[in-house]
Amino acid sequence: MKNEMDSGRVLKAPEGFLNRDGIQTVVNESKQGRRDFIRKAFATAAAGVAAPVALAQSNPVPLSGGDPNILNLPEHSVGLGQSVASDSGYGKPSKYESNVQRRQSPGLTQTNQASVSFAPLQSLFGIVTPSGLHFERHHQGWWDIDPSKHRLMINGMVKTPKVFTLDEIMRLPSVSRFHFMECGANTAVDWGNVAVPTVQYTHGMLSCSEFTGVPLITLLELAGADLTKGKFVLAEGADGSSMTRTIPMSLIKSGEVFVAYGQNGEMLRPEQGYPLRLVVPGIQGVSWVKYLRRLELGDQPYGTKDEAVHYIDLQPSGLHRQYSGIQECKSVVTTPSGGQVLLDKGFYNITGLAWSGRGKIKRVDVSVDGGRNWRTARLESPILSKALSRFNLDWIWDGKPAIIQSRATDETGFVQPTYQQLRSVRGTRSIYHNNAIQSWLVQESGEVKNVQVS
Amino acid sequence: MKYPGVGREATSKEVAAWDIDVRPDFKGLPAGSGSVAKGQDVWESKCASCHGFFGESGEVFSPLVGGVTKEDIKTGRVANLTNSNFPGRTTFMKVSSLSTIWDYINRAMPWTAPKTLTTEEVYAVTAFLLNLNAIVPDNFTLSDKNIKEVQERMPNRNGMTTAHTLWPGKEFNGAKKNDTQNVACMTNCAPEPKVASFLPDFARNAHGNLAEQNRLVGAQRGADTSRPEGKTMAASTKSTAAAEKPADTKANADNKAVLALLAKNNCTACHGIDKKIVGPAFTDISKKYPGKTEYLAKKIKSGGGGVWGPIPMPSQNLSEADALTLAQWITNGAAK
Repeated sequence: MKNEMDSGRVLKAPEGFLNRDGIQTVVNESKQGRRDFIRKAFATAAAGVAAPVALAQSNPVPLSGGDPNILNLPEHSVGLGQSVASDSGYGKPSKYESNVQRRQSPGLTQTNQASVSFAPLQSLFGIVTPSGLHFERHHQGWWDIDPSKHRLMINGMVKTPKVFTLDEIMRLPSVSRFHFMECGANTAVDWGNVAVPTVQYTHGMLSCSEFTGVPLITLLELAGADLTKGKFVLAEGADGSSMTRTIPMSLIKSGEVFVAYGQNGEMLRPEQGYPLRLVVPGIQGVSWVKYLRRLELGDQPYGTKDEAVHYIDLQPSGLHRQYSGIQECKSVVTTPSGGQVLLDKGFYNITGLAWSGRGKIKRVDVSVDGGRNWRTARLESPILSKALSRFNLDWIWDGKPAIIQSRATDETGFVQPTYQQLRSVRGTRSIYHNNAIQSWLVQESGEVKNVQVS
Repeated sequence: MKYPGVGREATSKEVAAWDIDVRPDFKGLPAGSGSVAKGQDVWESKCASCHGFFGESGEVFSPLVGGVTKEDIKTGRVANLTNSNFPGRTTFMKVSSLSTIWDYINRAMPWTAPKTLTTEEVYAVTAFLLNLNAIVPDNFTLSDKNIKEVQERMPNRNGMTTAHTLWPGKEFNGAKKNDTQNVACMTNCAPEPKVASFLPDFARNAHGNLAEQNRLVGAQRGADTSRPEGKTMAASTKSTAAAEKPADTKANADNKAVLALLAKNNCTACHGIDKKIVGPAFTDISKKYPGKTEYLAKKIKSGGGGVWGPIPMPSQNLSEADALTLAQWITNGAAK
């Protein structure tokens, strides 16, 4: 009985276990402030309660005396399995994992090539996003480009404009770094009020990979760049829109910006820009130009479409913030999260992700009462600058409604804001840069909902 | 540091082929001109199908035209941006630099055939858009000689600010403080939280059955949103258990092949499955041609026009077998 009480599973209380004399004893004792008799009587009665009704994930001992999954040896314990390299040389996840997919959000865009697919954050562990689940954002569709035909050009305020093949770029000294990539419009749908049900749709334009490539400063120096007069770099892609963005010089000079070909140990995936993309740590994903074909050094910002028509943030004054690239400190609990069901009361691990475009995460606090009280979560290693960090917190759920939130602080001391704080300065039509504290309501039924609290 | 053998000098031809950007001060703008009238011709044949005849359509992409007034042209600040009653924000309500329009049309448009417009056509289409927004008159010809004057008439030319802390570096004026200053309070931080926003019941299944969007093992399951919400734990977990089947049935596997074909041949650029985009929805085609698989297979390959609207469908380069697969899927109801 002790084990069943500890499991947190709901038991039917025993009834009718006192006779007339017993009831009189309870009354007499209670007049003296004692409850020993009823306690003993209840304990005895509870011990005799029938086994609880099995829930979907409970594992009670059946009448046969043992779990059939144990007593009857499965086929994999009595047979020969498959051979190595069964998957023609590139393995895939288990068929039982087919629910874990990146997904489009219905109704978000009218076309599929200028659109988004969201990473299934609710199903991921650690800080790495598997390459096949990395979110996508394209403006003109994606391609699988022949790397032998791809070229990279450096021009502008340089002594010698240069052309490189991929072979040449891959000969240069390289770096490998973990970085998060977040779309500037991640969580934009919830600026005004709750619009989507799960963490995949609220926060899924977010991923983290280990990228490998050549620091841009190396290539600029190779071309004889004038780094005194040159103040901005234009990055341009080889896709249909030849998408362009102005890249901050300070991140180039610090060595943080690099021209990447590697992702999580292999080459970039085609939908992630194979064979070459720009990595701009801490800056909106739109700057991480895919199918990178050209970098131009100039002395003025370029006012490209994706920093003059889009990716500008409307303020209540009617002005738009422009060249606002940094993704500020943010976090979210990934489980338990919206659209999930907890099957039972008892112990759970609250887990989630935190990240900052200004450096490392310093601390993450978690609340289960909608922000009234907080506990500091464990930050798992590694804690890296401008990369995802994983946090975990022990939680015993008592079955009552709970509102779970996480709040991150980064190494600059910046604390993730609430929706009220954001809206009071930015209104609700700013689209980009929604890094508000996220709330998930765990209901008594076990079902978790995306909510906003006042 | 030198890296011998790595890279070579780009030739001037190569640089000219790729160096197509136009800066807000118009550095990089090629010489040329184009009239509003010519722009209207180009627009009608190459642009209207996605953007609407007056650039007002929001069906495929965000609307380009509308919301700007004579007063805005004077002040350089679009008033409707602070009008909460005004429904949207068109491109010309927002963009502060005319160079952006020229540069983007030149490099990225039309969407399905970018970089096919001549310099004259880019000037002309830009002039036409300016005319639709009443920034230039009907008889105007835009050129590299007068484009700076037109910039001074852009309705939102003064509408940008860099007074923020979100650019790393000192190139812009910036701001001294971040615009939010939350503190990490730990106990008794806020009054009793009240839930102020959540999804309405009718939207419960709008993103598909969430039971199929979480894995089948672990601390939690996905909620079965194809059924109404359970009020008790027993009800929630019962319906979740019922939904626990692998998502990949044979029907799904067949559909995957069709969806792959649709993507590979870019059908979805113009046809939504149950929504009209440029051409009719597949479900509408299915309703109009019950059982006509062979006819549809032929039509897919040959293209044609005049049945659903004025914009013709181009002929398509795919195998007869693939065309037949798609036609079969359509006559079977075009399921997602």
